[in-house]
Amino acid sequence: MKHTLAVLVENKPGVLTHISGLISRRAFNIESIAAGYTEEPDMTRITIVVEADDEYVLEQVVNQLSKLIDVIKIIDLTGQDRVHRELALIKVTATPETRADILNIVEIFRAHVVDVNKETVIVQLTGEERKIDAMCELLEDYGIREIVRTGRIAICRGPVSAKEV
Amino acid sequence: MKVTGAQAVIECLKKENVEVVFGYPGGAVLTLYDELYLSDFPHILPKHEQGAIHAADGYARATGKVGVCIATSGPGATNLITGIATAYMDSIPIVIITGQVAVSLIGRDSFQEADIRGITTPITKHNYFIKDAKDLPKAMKEAFYIARTGRPGPVLVDISKNVFAAELEFEYPETINLRGYRPVYDGDPEAIDAVYSELLKAEKPLFFVGGGVTLSDTSDIMRKIVAYSGIPTVTSLMGLGCIAEDDPNYFGMIGMHGTYAGNLSTTETDLLIGLGVRFDDRVTGLLNEFADKAKIIHFDIDAAEVNKNVRSHIKVIGNLQWSLDKLYAKMTERPSSEWTGQFRPWRDKMTAWMNEKPLVYNTDSERILPQAVIEKISEITQGNAVIVTDVGQHQMWTAQFYQFKQPRAFLTSGGLGTMGYGLPAAMGAQVGVSGKKVICICGDGGFMMSCQELMAIADLNLPLKIIILNNSYLGMVAQWQRTFYNQHYAHSCIKTKTDFVKLSEAMGVPAIRLEKKEELKTVLEKVIASEGPFLVDIRIPEDEDVLPMVPSGARLDQMIMGG
Repeated sequence: MKHTLAVLVENKPGVLTHISGLISRRAFNIESIAAGYTEEPDMTRITIVVEADDEYVLEQVVNQLSKLIDVIKIIDLTGQDRVHRELALIKVTATPETRADILNIVEIFRAHVVDVNKETVIVQLTGEERKIDAMCELLEDYGIREIVRTGRIAICRGPVSAKEV
Repeated sequence: MKVTGAQAVIECLKKENVEVVFGYPGGAVLTLYDELYLSDFPHILPKHEQGAIHAADGYARATGKVGVCIATSGPGATNLITGIATAYMDSIPIVIITGQVAVSLIGRDSFQEADIRGITTPITKHNYFIKDAKDLPKAMKEAFYIARTGRPGPVLVDISKNVFAAELEFEYPETINLRGYRPVYDGDPEAIDAVYSELLKAEKPLFFVGGGVTLSDTSDIMRKIVAYSGIPTVTSLMGLGCIAEDDPNYFGMIGMHGTYAGNLSTTETDLLIGLGVRFDDRVTGLLNEFADKAKIIHFDIDAAEVNKNVRSHIKVIGNLQWSLDKLYAKMTERPSSEWTGQFRPWRDKMTAWMNEKPLVYNTDSERILPQAVIEKISEITQGNAVIVTDVGQHQMWTAQFYQFKQPRAFLTSGGLGTMGYGLPAAMGAQVGVSGKKVICICGDGGFMMSCQELMAIADLNLPLKIIILNNSYLGMVAQWQRTFYNQHYAHSCIKTKTDFVKLSEAMGVPAIRLEKKEELKTVLEKVIASEGPFLVDIRIPEDEDVLPMVPSGARLDQMIMGG
């Protein structure tokens, strides 16, 4: 089962290396990891999607990460009412013949074209992983040249913030 | 107060009541060494950085204080790696100070530059890189605090060369504020109640005591609980000495080379209570069938240890000082006689196992057998020496045949199994406990890995005694090759023209070779009573095995027995 963890860490150099190193050393299966600044200047938030076969694996991931001095807090968002999103940029081959069709797909997915030239377009899409996977599948027929995805970020609904949980 | 970075480091060491540092100078720490010189700070110079870190480790294990180690950048720092990993695996508090190239040279593959922070990230409890002098006092304060609190461990502070010379306004922080580090002390009192009610129901409980009891200095309260309840007790390698070997409730070490009674008890117990243990694979054998008839209770300060290897039914997270005090208080609500009565049949059964198959060896042998050496040392020192071993057969024989009475009396690399650990660790231990007898027992293989420290031991005139159990083989490797690899002694024979006695004497440590069985007692008595350092090269048979032995991956009752 996939679990989404929000990991609040000190905004210091080396923290992300430390976390990713620990994850690989302990042989945990990580689907994605995404880090960025937060509402507090000295805190970074890392969203980790981890595949855990049972509760013990998840318990180990959380406990081992919690031991790191620079990890302030870990919240398992999995069971919570939450919003999660990923951003993808996709470079697709677009000839004059196919461009209209591609734009059509872009429209349906509420994506945007953020760059266009004679040969390709770059499509920007946000959404859950499934949605991005679905669009990639459709665009594949036209020739995908490059995909870049951010990995999942997640936030709980309602007024309470993760650091207060 | 305006000081230089180097002066600040010395001030921090003083504030932390550091008595001595183990270190090796070099380019990046020259400014710091100049300050050590000017302030006449006590410093021990081993002959290799690896010796410095093992010595700091031995000092920490023997005294319970934080060991401190200094090395220069690049190769100086990388020479520490094995020692840092050794300390990390056994949760030993050490603060390591390494020099780093100047900030302006960082990241340019400069002379003697190594990313020691990156390299040591998985083998330190925490580490720092200081490139601005003003950050130094806070980092040092935190480093000592993190090293000794919670589950102890090594903490590295890497300091750029220019920082040592830079000026700062020195103020040692009074308090610590680490959002992500709040080591637990008190746990959940309800967990103690749950343990109590399990004990009321249990017929065959077993205390399994590990290094956590040594580290938390809770051997006294643990012994009280055992004496009051009559619960049979076994230890891991790291738990040796937490309970006296002659305690009627003690049934020895368990694991690959554990006692018959101890190992068998793990398969029969209905309530296994782990106190500060990791359930290492050398202890559990076949994990799925370890203590498979038992409910498991795990006491530990580190929540991540619970359910890591063995699944626990009840976890008691917190400092053992808290949890064992609480447990003892709770257990005394019921008379001692009721507890001991409840567990007597089980204890009698274990005693019968112990008598049926005790640890034995061939006492009729014409040669000096290693087990006899250990027994003799144990007799002469009455179990009161600080024993430091290297890694291999001699380590297991020491664990089996030395009659330990106190914690912090058996210093050994348990988790990492580091050959070359013994001699420098014994040196550090002797520096820390100058009034005690310290005896280093090593094999001929491990001895050669750090024999250069004989020089340091001689020059410091440490009263350390070094016993080499010399069988001309990497004994444990050879034992496995004999047992599992068709007697293919691939590169485990280390017969040599080197004369250990002459080597030792050349380095300034008097030495003697011992081959005759009838001389064992008198020579050992004389050597142990002598004043300065002394080395004894004892020739033992090549093919003596450590037994019992549970083959790797087998259940603990599948023992190859000796005798």
